[in-house]
Amino acid sequence: MANVIEARDLRKVYKMGEVEVEALRGVSFEIKRGEVVAIMGPSGSGKSTLMNTLGCLDRPTSGEYVLDDEPVASLTDDQLADIRNRKVGFVFQSFNLLSRQTAITNVELPLRYSGKSSGRRQRAMDALKAVGLEDRMTHRPTELSGGQQQRVAIARAIVNNPAIIMADEPTGNLDSKVGREIMNLLLNLNKESGTTLIIVTHDPTIAEQTQRVIRLRDGLLDGAQ
Amino acid sequence: MSIAQAFLEAVESLSGNKLRSGLTVLGIVIGVAAVIAMLAVGRGAEASITGSISGIGTNLLFVFRGSPDNSIRNTRPITLADAEAIADPFAAPSVAAVAPILQANREISYGGERATVEVSGVTPDYFAVRNYELTEGEFITEEHLLGRASVTLIGPEAADALFGRHDGITGETIRIDGQPFRILGVLASKGGGAFGSEDNVALIPFSTAQARLIRRSTRDQVDMLLVQAVSGNAVLMATEEITQILRQRHRTPVGADDFTVFTQQDLLTTFQSITGILTIFLGGIAGISLLVGGIGIMNIMLVSVTERTREIGLRKALGARKRDILIQFLTESSLLSLIGGIIGILFGWLISFAVGQIALARGTAFTPLVGADAVALATIFSAAVGLFFGIYPANRAASLEPVEALRYE
Repeated sequence: MANVIEARDLRKVYKMGEVEVEALRGVSFEIKRGEVVAIMGPSGSGKSTLMNTLGCLDRPTSGEYVLDDEPVASLTDDQLADIRNRKVGFVFQSFNLLSRQTAITNVELPLRYSGKSSGRRQRAMDALKAVGLEDRMTHRPTELSGGQQQRVAIARAIVNNPAIIMADEPTGNLDSKVGREIMNLLLNLNKESGTTLIIVTHDPTIAEQTQRVIRLRDGLLDGAQ
Repeated sequence: MSIAQAFLEAVESLSGNKLRSGLTVLGIVIGVAAVIAMLAVGRGAEASITGSISGIGTNLLFVFRGSPDNSIRNTRPITLADAEAIADPFAAPSVAAVAPILQANREISYGGERATVEVSGVTPDYFAVRNYELTEGEFITEEHLLGRASVTLIGPEAADALFGRHDGITGETIRIDGQPFRILGVLASKGGGAFGSEDNVALIPFSTAQARLIRRSTRDQVDMLLVQAVSGNAVLMATEEITQILRQRHRTPVGADDFTVFTQQDLLTTFQSITGILTIFLGGIAGISLLVGGIGIMNIMLVSVTERTREIGLRKALGARKRDILIQFLTESSLLSLIGGIIGILFGWLISFAVGQIALARGTAFTPLVGADAVALATIFSAAVGLFFGIYPANRAASLEPVEALRYE
């Protein structure tokens, strides 16, 4: 199976005033298409930086990163925005839904930025159906439970058929029972559509459900030192 | 993202915070309303002055003592002899009639009632030149002039002040500066003008004024000559002829005329330039309030950008480009000021209307004019203000780093 992610020698240096902080110090790995991978590591290990880089929210200082056959390490801001729109679906810990908009409008949001106007509503409805919220389409986030809100966020992540889903602590704000449902939903979506799933987490029980765990420590892959 | 979508989102976003949007819009409403109202008042003033200058008569020229810029000393007064010379049809063929005038404010009284009016000593030509009409009685004649008769024609406003009515008073005797005058008739109303009411006047024979009421230092001196040209085209010719005659009679050196000939058109042009400056001045002051309104928009948009940092981060994470965010916020600020502009136009029109009604109630014929150009100007200017003051906040939103924006609490 082909690799959906190829990262080679990723480095990221933050300048904080005079001091330079190396958040990533040469990270290399591959993730295969359809794989379910967890990224783990203590805080300060460069986990968030890696996630931002893999999600094309940020560029590495040096190194190569190929996402779905496209080298993205040195693209412009607008090109990165386009890649995020087409290839990456984000699921956040705090859901990040637009509170004044209905569920279906929230799910439509990525389609608005992709410039396709036809069939937008239908695709958003299909995505909401896939997460089991077909009867909550016109509800606003405030009228939904935490689990339901996260389902809307997942529908929003898959509506553009992305190459990867980046989930950052997707169960962090939910109780364990609802958290398990959300994990099952993510894993089912991966099984059905073969979308690569990358989960950033602290929780070992979640990491157990994935096929592979990438561990970070001090900006390096654990065991690579 | 298309413009229609951006527009819909802006409407949603603004209506989600109605009080704040309303208060922000208020600044623009006041600014635009002020601009519209001030321009309308300026236009109205211009129309009113034009009307009252045309109302003086047709094809008129005014002759005064003194050079136009007051630079000539020892000027000779204009006299009755000058008037007769100008009235000579061989010397001045373009002149139809000449009316010499003596003018002063005097107190008139009847019984216990008193009023101060503008008293003019006039000749019979004056009525034709000024297009006066009477509601009762008769005009001053040559006989009155020759006999220095104590007769007067009074305006309806002066009549109202003394008698409480302006009909059936012909034959009554009033006092002007204590001297008795018989009322010969009542003038038809000319309405209020830009130079005060034309109805608060008393007209008496020129010779009577000269001998008893309005004494001037030189014999036969007049305050002003009102000259009517034979036609509109003859006005310039008449100016030339009058100038020639007076130069000869006053023996003035070339380029040092000690008199001024003013045409009605000159007067019109002068006052139009004054009202023009007035309009620009008022409009400019109103424009400042529009500017302040624009700064209000910028302020609120900056607050909004800060508040919605996470939302901006999310939109960027979902694929919004810099341009998309820019358009989103610019649409919001333009929409704010456009709504303000539309409400402001209505509001400004209402103010102009109210000003017109107040003027009407006080007897001044003054109608503010809301022009289509003022409306267009206000609309374009207010939208431009929104766009201009929206650029900085929108740019700030668009340049946010997605990672930082998402992390913002």
